[in-house]
Amino acid sequence: MLLRRHLPALAAGLLAAPAVQAQRAWEPQRPVQLIVPAGTGGGADQMARIIQGIITRHSLMRQPMMVVNKPGGAGAEGFLEARNARANPHVLVITLSNLFTTPLSTGIPFSWRDLTPVAMLALDEFCLWVNAASPWTTLAEFVAASGTQRMRMGGTGSRQEDQIITVAIQRATGSTFTYVPFRGGGEVATQLVGNHIDCTVNNPIEAVTHWRSGTLRPLCVFDRTRLPGEGRITETMGWQDIPTAKEAGLDVEYLMLRGIFAAPGLTPPQLAFYSDLLGRVVATPEWRELMATGAFNTTMLAGEAFRAWLTEEEVRHRSLMQEAGFIGAGG
Amino acid sequence: MEEIGLLMQGFGVVLQPQNLLLMVAGIVLGVIIGVLPGLGGANGIAILLPLTFAMPPVSAIIMLSCIYWGALFGGAITSILFNIPGEPWSVATTFDGYPMAQQGRAGEALTAAFTSSFVGALFAVILITFLAPLVAQFALRFGPPEFFAVMVLSFASFIGLSKGSPLKALAAMMAGFLLAAVGMDGVTGTLRMTYGSMELMRGIDFLVVVIGLFGLSEILVSIEEGLSFKGARAKLSMGIVLQTWKQLPKHWALALRSSVIGCWMGITPAGATPASFMSYGVARRTARDPESFGKGRIEGVIAPETAAHAAGTSALLPMLALGVPGSPTAAVLLGGLIMWGLQPGPMLFVEQKDFVWGLIASMYLGNVVGLIIVLACVPWFAAILRVPFSIIAAIILMVCAIGAYTVNTAEFDIVLMLIFGVIGYVMKKLDYPLAPLVLALVLGDRTEESFRQSLLLSQGSTGVFFQNWLCGGIMTLAIGIAGYPLISKAVGLFRRRELKPAQ
Repeated sequence: MLLRRHLPALAAGLLAAPAVQAQRAWEPQRPVQLIVPAGTGGGADQMARIIQGIITRHSLMRQPMMVVNKPGGAGAEGFLEARNARANPHVLVITLSNLFTTPLSTGIPFSWRDLTPVAMLALDEFCLWVNAASPWTTLAEFVAASGTQRMRMGGTGSRQEDQIITVAIQRATGSTFTYVPFRGGGEVATQLVGNHIDCTVNNPIEAVTHWRSGTLRPLCVFDRTRLPGEGRITETMGWQDIPTAKEAGLDVEYLMLRGIFAAPGLTPPQLAFYSDLLGRVVATPEWRELMATGAFNTTMLAGEAFRAWLTEEEVRHRSLMQEAGFIGAGG
Repeated sequence: MEEIGLLMQGFGVVLQPQNLLLMVAGIVLGVIIGVLPGLGGANGIAILLPLTFAMPPVSAIIMLSCIYWGALFGGAITSILFNIPGEPWSVATTFDGYPMAQQGRAGEALTAAFTSSFVGALFAVILITFLAPLVAQFALRFGPPEFFAVMVLSFASFIGLSKGSPLKALAAMMAGFLLAAVGMDGVTGTLRMTYGSMELMRGIDFLVVVIGLFGLSEILVSIEEGLSFKGARAKLSMGIVLQTWKQLPKHWALALRSSVIGCWMGITPAGATPASFMSYGVARRTARDPESFGKGRIEGVIAPETAAHAAGTSALLPMLALGVPGSPTAAVLLGGLIMWGLQPGPMLFVEQKDFVWGLIASMYLGNVVGLIIVLACVPWFAAILRVPFSIIAAIILMVCAIGAYTVNTAEFDIVLMLIFGVIGYVMKKLDYPLAPLVLALVLGDRTEESFRQSLLLSQGSTGVFFQNWLCGGIMTLAIGIAGYPLISKAVGLFRRRELKPAQ
């Protein structure tokens, strides 16, 4: 049975793409599930579906990949499902920073150690945005103003990345912000355009269209270095012209993980297959285009370096959330 | 006018043979998706999204948006035939559509539903064609307080609608709010009422409850009544379409009002579901004999369907012009835009004229094609009712279970659906109305969220709801509508007292 099922596939594979399909010690026998621990339409969901599309279009895998949304309990549902699929090599999960924040804020016990880290694909950047009609043109002016008036900061979700950055800004400036959670990045950006809030820490991809149309203005990016980019987004500025928070005098740095994890208990050949697969995905022009439009930080990590990064980030999230009083019962 | 020229260019794009083919395929798929409860437009589009990677963006959006139109049309079918809403926005259609089917008027109800869907969509597309920039500006005025005011207005226009005891209606509504609160609390980021259960973490999905409350409980009631099914004598000729069309023009005012409500709710963006409820509520309130609603009035089908389709269509406008999805389906389409390398938002209309106007042209054509397809199938749909109910009931049960499972791909939801089926049956027997529960469940989340967001913005002052003419006006209107029955009753009592001494 096994042989009969595999022969045609093998033959087709050898004929169609010998270079891609050769020398794999293991490959998926069943459709691979890619769990998105968030709802449809969000950043993680988009990325998952782009990966799915790239794999299909370039025939990088013989079995199909299915994207499944498991947003329950701020993503806990999805992470727990992956954790409970021990040694099942057909379950992957794409993570956002709720990998760190959800167990802390909800008290649901799980951590990245329960999963098999495969690779960090990219890091999502955050910028500080204000309405273009506001009087603040530099971060210094904004910080000075935040001392005299209570800034209303809009962000995606509660006790997640946007609010953590807000807390870090409060800590660095000594000012108090009113944080208002919304459902998604697009909604947050529009609320700022409509002047219902004073500032946001939207990802570049969420706010770029409003920047280009001249309704929003970026004040800084929360990264160590400036954003990559050439050319101009607006008439006068490009991504590379946005100062980092640090050079503008605010010591806040935050990047969000976009990484792929597998179920626990994967064998080395299985892990090697997925690392190799993701390596092919990020080499495609579609992926590079996404990275450029979204001004992503394209750091890729795997293996020990990735584990070290995860360990460090976990500690940092705990300390930030502890300080903000975001730790839930049992966390 | 510049728009007309651009629109004609758009038609040029859409009328390419391969795009027309994708359009028909999209509509048919959409109708199927709409008929199956649980497999909503959002899920269907998300599943098919990766397939569109290889297509040019215009072709891809034409196919995907046609799935959306198809789902909007298709949602009404099972609501009318079996009292099972295929989509959340067709819940209100069951109120009068199902009684009509029971009276053997399924063909009439389906024709009215499809035609008014088309009218609503057409109204919204015309609005998008000529007023897109203005409308987008208006949408920007809606912050949390304005949004809350709109939600209150939805509740206000629906309150007091249920027959029977107002206390029972209130109890049902509160139960709905309670169910809506289960799961993640979006404002504090903590879990509520999950009692450590993994299954409750995702919250209680509106669709699962509705499939149980309406579909399953209806089957239980039918079984109790000996499996007789009253719709069996449905007429099966195409003539029913023309006959229904003859009586539709006299409801033009209703259709116009429902379209306006729908567009407004779609742009706000509150979505198609509240639009359909609000429109049904307003239609009933303004009718001369509100008592006859819920017993098979054709107006009770026209109002929600027109509004739902108008809202569903206009929900694409904030997505295109602002990058904010007006409905879950629009959210998935938004993801699609980004994948195709298009940046939704104000610059899209300027930089991607071909794409935007191709899409708008496909809205016109797609709805015409959709209307023709679904109307041609009316006799077939109605013929389903001729199948003996003992066979149909088993199939419905299976479809319900599959539907409940598909919403979140969770087995637990099937159990939940069965539980709500029994609850629905008990509520029917005890004369508790189901509609207020459903309304509170579907709107409860967003209402609570916008209320708390507003108070965060104002640092606790409720004055925020009257801070400007827009939300102040909507709030005042809502309070007026909600209080009207009380006021009119009080005035009536007062008058009677005045009359008594004179006697």
